Amino acid sequence: MAKHPFHDVAIVGIANSEQARVLEGHDSTTITFQAVHRVLADTGLSPQDIDGVAAGPFSGPLTYYMRSGPAWRSHMAPSIPIILDAASAIATGQCHTVLVAHGSAGIYTERASTAPWTRPANEFVVAYGMFTAAEFALIAQRHMHMHGTTHEQLATVAATIRNNGHAHPEAVYHGRGPFTPDDILASRMVADPFHLLDCAMTSEGACALILTTRERAQDLPNKPVYILGGACDSFGPSYQHPPAWDLAGPSGRNNGYTGRWAAQKSFAMGELGPADVDVCEFYDPFSFEIIRQFEAYGFCEEGEGGEFIMDGRIGPGGQFPVTTDGGTMSFSHGGAAVQQLQRVIRGVEQLRGTCVTSQVPDAQVAMCSNGGAGALFTDVMLLGTQTP
Amino acid sequence: MSEILQPQSPGIPLPVPTIYSQPYWDGCQVGELRYQRCQDCGAITMDPAPACSACFSENLDWEVSTGLGEVYSWTTVWRPQTPAFTVPYVAVIVTLDEGFWLLANLINCPVDAVYVGMRVKATFVELSEEITLPYFEPVNRETLVGMAADIINLPPDFDIEQADLLD
Repeated sequence: MAKHPFHDVAIVGIANSEQARVLEGHDSTTITFQAVHRVLADTGLSPQDIDGVAAGPFSGPLTYYMRSGPAWRSHMAPSIPIILDAASAIATGQCHTVLVAHGSAGIYTERASTAPWTRPANEFVVAYGMFTAAEFALIAQRHMHMHGTTHEQLATVAATIRNNGHAHPEAVYHGRGPFTPDDILASRMVADPFHLLDCAMTSEGACALILTTRERAQDLPNKPVYILGGACDSFGPSYQHPPAWDLAGPSGRNNGYTGRWAAQKSFAMGELGPADVDVCEFYDPFSFEIIRQFEAYGFCEEGEGGEFIMDGRIGPGGQFPVTTDGGTMSFSHGGAAVQQLQRVIRGVEQLRGTCVTSQVPDAQVAMCSNGGAGALFTDVMLLGTQTP
Repeated sequence: MSEILQPQSPGIPLPVPTIYSQPYWDGCQVGELRYQRCQDCGAITMDPAPACSACFSENLDWEVSTGLGEVYSWTTVWRPQTPAFTVPYVAVIVTLDEGFWLLANLINCPVDAVYVGMRVKATFVELSEEITLPYFEPVNRETLVGMAADIINLPPDFDIEQADLLD
């Protein structure tokens, strides 16, 4: 049997900086540096051990200020694709230890408007008041029309994830709950079908990971976590074109199920299926996105996602616990990308078995995701405790 | 009472046409909803682009849509993107009868009356000297405004054609 492409790669370090609605006295660089210091502390590594940097706009500055050069450098966006890029660089011998980091602070200041990265400038949407919630609402409404998915089912997702954050001491919205689905439905409407509490928050923060070779991982203090699979689906640029469920080319593969093909490739890479997943660290920009992902990834049939998430299946102790730190609804949403890396960080934490709250007992396989159909992309990673 | 959706006022961010899209915006100024059709494979490309989205041919020509279509999906927005926008507004994706999608806002319709499959037609609103925006309104606007009239208890002899409710 051919060796798994990521057989020799391990995730050995994870860290979040402090997270808050507003981090007084920080900008994106200083908060990113805080996360980098913490991830180095998590691993016991020093800057001189790093020979690859994958940090979006901070790749250059970090390489320079850590004096890690000559280093490999990723040019991918700092989310799941950058982790896969880092893993590929290690697997192909371009470098041995990669720092992944991103942070955001001081960028969202005009609070009367939605966050700047959510407001597209494309000429065909700019005059119609579109922003992220409205984009994802157009996807959700279509699904509700086709399959009868209900506001109550959406609210059940939001209450579940917000309760995970309510319990988490480091979540921005720690202690804000607990929430029932009725609480979600009672919050003000933002973009039908999304009430305020169906939506992600905005906050500030940073995070970081370190990947290295399986061999080096044996000498480091943390239980290594392995990449069992990963792939990315994209249907075009976010927030510029009508986010239609049925957007597709001649292949018939549609934007409504973006992530399905990435998931199939990831499962094939790891010789796994949905039934093998112990914890679902799914990206949660809006409640409906969780329902959509369970259908897209093959956990349930098309149109059955609304029923699938009911009856405690996605809550603590359920068959498929989701977004166990509170995700973008309650843990943090530090800009355009930090919260995407944080899905993987939480997956690693679950597999290490070190979660302070909502630890899934004996979790062996975590599925992590980024993106969504309203944004026309979904990226997927499968993590495991065993070398693939 | 049920509010009647209105176009946005000047002051909202407006499109900046490109060399590909200028004919589309020129069409809006004369009340035409224009789209590109590939002269090689016959497929429609929308948004305007330098090449066909079915076969990538550059041999595209402009045609004029009937402006008729139906609502494919919708969302009523209550939190504006920026303070320049007046809420509520309804964003719709419309499937034009020719078979392409367009994203726009719905107007001349009670705020709670929109549904997937609603028949709509394009209508044009001048927002600046350079930009006239396409909006959509219900084809059966009289019926819908009648519904709204019931809700706000207009007298039985209320003449919808004389009302300035819409324009």
